[in-house]
Amino acid sequence: MQRIGVFVCHCGSNIAATVDVKKVVEMALLEPGVVHAEDYQYMCSEAGQAKILEAVKEKGLTGIVVCSCSPRMHEATFRKAAERAGVNPYMVEIANIREHCSWIHKDMEEATKKAVILARAAIAKVNLNAPLQPGESRVTKRALVIGGGIAGIQTAIDIADAGYEVDIVEKTPSIGGRMSQLDKTFPTLDCSACILTPKMVEASAHEKINIYTYSEVEKVTGFVGDFTVDIRKKARSVDMNKCTGCGVCQEKCPSKKAPSEFNRGLNTRSAIYTPFAQAIPNVPVIDRDACLKFKTGKCGLCEKVCQAGAIDYAQQDEIITEKYGAIVVATGFDTIKLDNYDEYAYSQSKDVITSLELERIMNAAGPTKGHLERLSDGKAPKEMVFIQCVGSRCADNRGKSYCSKICCMYTAKHAMLIRDKYPDVNVTVFYIDVRTPGKNFDEFYRRAVEEYGVNYIKGQVGKVAPLPNGKLLVQGADLIDNKQILKEADMVVLATAIEPDPSVRKIATMLTASIDTNNFLTEAHPKLRPVESPTAGVFLSGVCQGPKDIPETVAQAGAAAVKAIGLLAKDKLMTNPCTAKADELMCNGCSTCANVCPYGAITYEVKQVNDHGIREDRRIAVVNNALCQGCGACTVVCPSGAMDLQGFSNRQILAEVDAICR
Amino acid sequence: MKYSYYPGCTLRTKAKDLDAYARASAVALGFELEEIENWQCCGGVYPLGSDEIASKLSSVRALNEAKEKGQDLVTLCSACHHVIKRVNDDMKNVDDIRTRANNYMQLEEPYAGETEVLHFLEVLRDRVGFDKIKEKVVNPLTGKKIGAYYGCLLLRPGKILEFDNPENPTIIEDFIRAIGATPVVYPYRNECCGGYISLKEKDMSKNMCERIMDSADGMGAEMLITACPLCLYNLKKNGNDKLPVVYFTELLAEALGVKEEVAK
Amino acid sequence: MNTAKKQAELIKEISGVNPLKCMKCGKCSASCPSYNEMDIKPHQFVSYVVNEDIEALVNSKSLWKCLSCFACVERCPRDVKPGKLIDAARQVVVRQKGQDYLSPNEIPELLDPELPQQLLVSAFRRYRR
Repeated sequence: MQRIGVFVCHCGSNIAATVDVKKVVEMALLEPGVVHAEDYQYMCSEAGQAKILEAVKEKGLTGIVVCSCSPRMHEATFRKAAERAGVNPYMVEIANIREHCSWIHKDMEEATKKAVILARAAIAKVNLNAPLQPGESRVTKRALVIGGGIAGIQTAIDIADAGYEVDIVEKTPSIGGRMSQLDKTFPTLDCSACILTPKMVEASAHEKINIYTYSEVEKVTGFVGDFTVDIRKKARSVDMNKCTGCGVCQEKCPSKKAPSEFNRGLNTRSAIYTPFAQAIPNVPVIDRDACLKFKTGKCGLCEKVCQAGAIDYAQQDEIITEKYGAIVVATGFDTIKLDNYDEYAYSQSKDVITSLELERIMNAAGPTKGHLERLSDGKAPKEMVFIQCVGSRCADNRGKSYCSKICCMYTAKHAMLIRDKYPDVNVTVFYIDVRTPGKNFDEFYRRAVEEYGVNYIKGQVGKVAPLPNGKLLVQGADLIDNKQILKEADMVVLATAIEPDPSVRKIATMLTASIDTNNFLTEAHPKLRPVESPTAGVFLSGVCQGPKDIPETVAQAGAAAVKAIGLLAKDKLMTNPCTAKADELMCNGCSTCANVCPYGAITYEVKQVNDHGIREDRRIAVVNNALCQGCGACTVVCPSGAMDLQGFSNRQILAEVDAICR
Repeated sequence: MKYSYYPGCTLRTKAKDLDAYARASAVALGFELEEIENWQCCGGVYPLGSDEIASKLSSVRALNEAKEKGQDLVTLCSACHHVIKRVNDDMKNVDDIRTRANNYMQLEEPYAGETEVLHFLEVLRDRVGFDKIKEKVVNPLTGKKIGAYYGCLLLRPGKILEFDNPENPTIIEDFIRAIGATPVVYPYRNECCGGYISLKEKDMSKNMCERIMDSADGMGAEMLITACPLCLYNLKKNGNDKLPVVYFTELLAEALGVKEEVAK
Repeated sequence: MNTAKKQAELIKEISGVNPLKCMKCGKCSASCPSYNEMDIKPHQFVSYVVNEDIEALVNSKSLWKCLSCFACVERCPRDVKPGKLIDAARQVVVRQKGQDYLSPNEIPELLDPELPQQLLVSAFRRYRR
């Protein structure tokens, strides 16, 4: 029989205001095995933990139940306290009477009743708990960063600076990401390339950083500290070791009709290309779908002009398998498709563009060499209209429910830059709210209004109608002056919502990292663990976790690096002892469990067993404790009931259910 | 292929042409419109109040009749289509309306939105196919520049009507191409003509119709086509006469070479 | 419950609209083809219901200017459906005896030879109980 102590936390008034904690103590004492029960204002505090230690000493407790907040919050705290008191940490159970009870109920009597039941269930379980010993696993001192934008670059540099090897996997031919497509950055208006390019160079020159561009993560196995990852290096058709980056092949390439991804399809590029002049590595790739040699077999001009002999049409995709201790996801974002917003005529007029497209138009290396002009006829605009929140803050399934966060600031930036460079262009911004929290942000927006004369109108636009004269009739609302506005514009710029890069879904699945309904990766705790995924060893950097501007992205990239470094600095990790285990006498070796195990943790061995005096060789499931994550899938499918999860055995779970139903 | 067909009140009187050309064209294209018996007026506008049942029953009767025959229900007038399609959606998806309507109707088997409602244009697009129509055209309207006027009722709310992209529709443009003419896209083709406002406030409708006509004319259209008798009336009566307005079925019959037949 | 509160509740019930979902972006007013004829603008319907200023709302001429063209319903990013809200306010008026906006006596002089009966039916449905 266990000797159980029950500790009921008030959590200040979080619990005690809704749950009668004294009553919970009183009722707990009636349960079998309970020899001690008390309540305290903050069980997690130093003094609260001291009470547990004291009770263990005085009453010789073998099991502990803490009725408090979610185990996600303080299970580790109380397990450590138990360990200090000489009790096996797996003899501690948490009854969550805060999130599951006091926070969600109003009626004190009902809430107390539920708290008592939750306590009873935990006590029933502890009665069947057995001490468990965690194992150890090794840590591979190498990190993988998925995504080579500013988030991935910064994370990689920070980890590498701490002395660990880092690999960056980037799916496009160059690192740089979205930031490399920007012209200027808010709120200081410094040129994006001027601050990003040195970082790109630093990453590529770093002796601890290895960059795989034009590559994708294909497969991930293993677990925290010991991941095994397959990386597909797509065939570049150019030998990276031989290419000197002279650029002659791109000049001579006769196939120049492929839309330029870097310029958002606003102009074209050659079939052999580097996305932009400062690309790293400065080695082109051949787009085989656009290349004449691959399509027709005729051409081969690039091979002829390449002095270095770097062109290699026969190159194949290559799979590289590497081990990592930590993985950082930095997959970034894209703008949403505007198919659902045809009232803004994006698909009907070349002069309706997204803000990211404007970024390319304003950039000296862009499709118009930095000259602001209409894409339909090349004329300079006189009237420009910006529409905010296109696809953001929507509750109608057409767009995204969230605020994209960066649009208010980049629109103020665009408006200001245009007014500065082309003072005769009138700029009107239709907005719902102007959101500028951030250092020097509101001042920046006010400058657009006060010093640059940008016309801000509070109200959304309902329709953009292309007119016979080539202009665009913008029909909007002015909610302050209470009038409907009809404005003829030469160009309309849509502040298009951003969304996580679509590739993140596949990556999240491979990593078993959770994503929310908007495909943003979920953090382990929204406030206290914002750069960690709930999946151990996986960290989050940049917009893949939520909308962010550059300074926030860089800050988060550093934070993710620190978390990864904290992991890589350890030589060994304690493994969770709550793993699956097959009862040798009951297992019939049917393989059902191995088929459902997502971690590949189950293998089979032929073993001699002694079944009630009969000795025979049987095929039996064996669980690799280092690989098993304790998900329990095997225990559910096992037809003979041989599989059980240590610490969460069927008996323990059913005892809890019984206690609740009693 | 046989479809149940709901003509609606106006197609029996002021919009006889819309109906007659459709029937003749259907025969030419190899499908049959079987008018349902005892149909009643749909009410012209969809009753928006979520507590309104009685005003939806005529639609339910038509829908149920088609269901009993095991046929899809084809409509032609935009307003009828709008009302019947939305009532059908209510019967399929809104428990309260379905229960109360069925309580009232006392049908042998309750109606729960089983019938598929198709606008004549949808039959042309999804069942016959515009490619097929192209093959059957004997008098291609080559060189004619035609503006499609959709109005509001065929398109909105897009989630329920599921007719076409409500902000940038293409079905009538594709139809125009199928009969050999050239579609002219203009931005006001999905803006309202004023609808029932023209009964008491002609000026309001005039503003809207003029804007529509100016827009189509400016983009180079030589005529407008529509599927709605009220749109046709408003555009003709309250527009600025810049462009002629006809029913799309008239052009279809012309292209298929059956227009003369109908005129007899 | 006072009358205004009751009527506000009734409007919400008939329309099935939750006016609190509105974020006051004004896309409805930007889209409305009858905007200039309305005294209370489409984006304002919501606050009249929320503030229970029903007296002003039911006496507004906007009730009779809405075309039920659903441009506001289609484009509303918050799924508030201002067109349904204004129809519910109209219902509150016409469901009271003698409050109709259109009387049969007016009809003869509004007729013309081309006028489709669809127009009469629609107008009666929207303007009368």
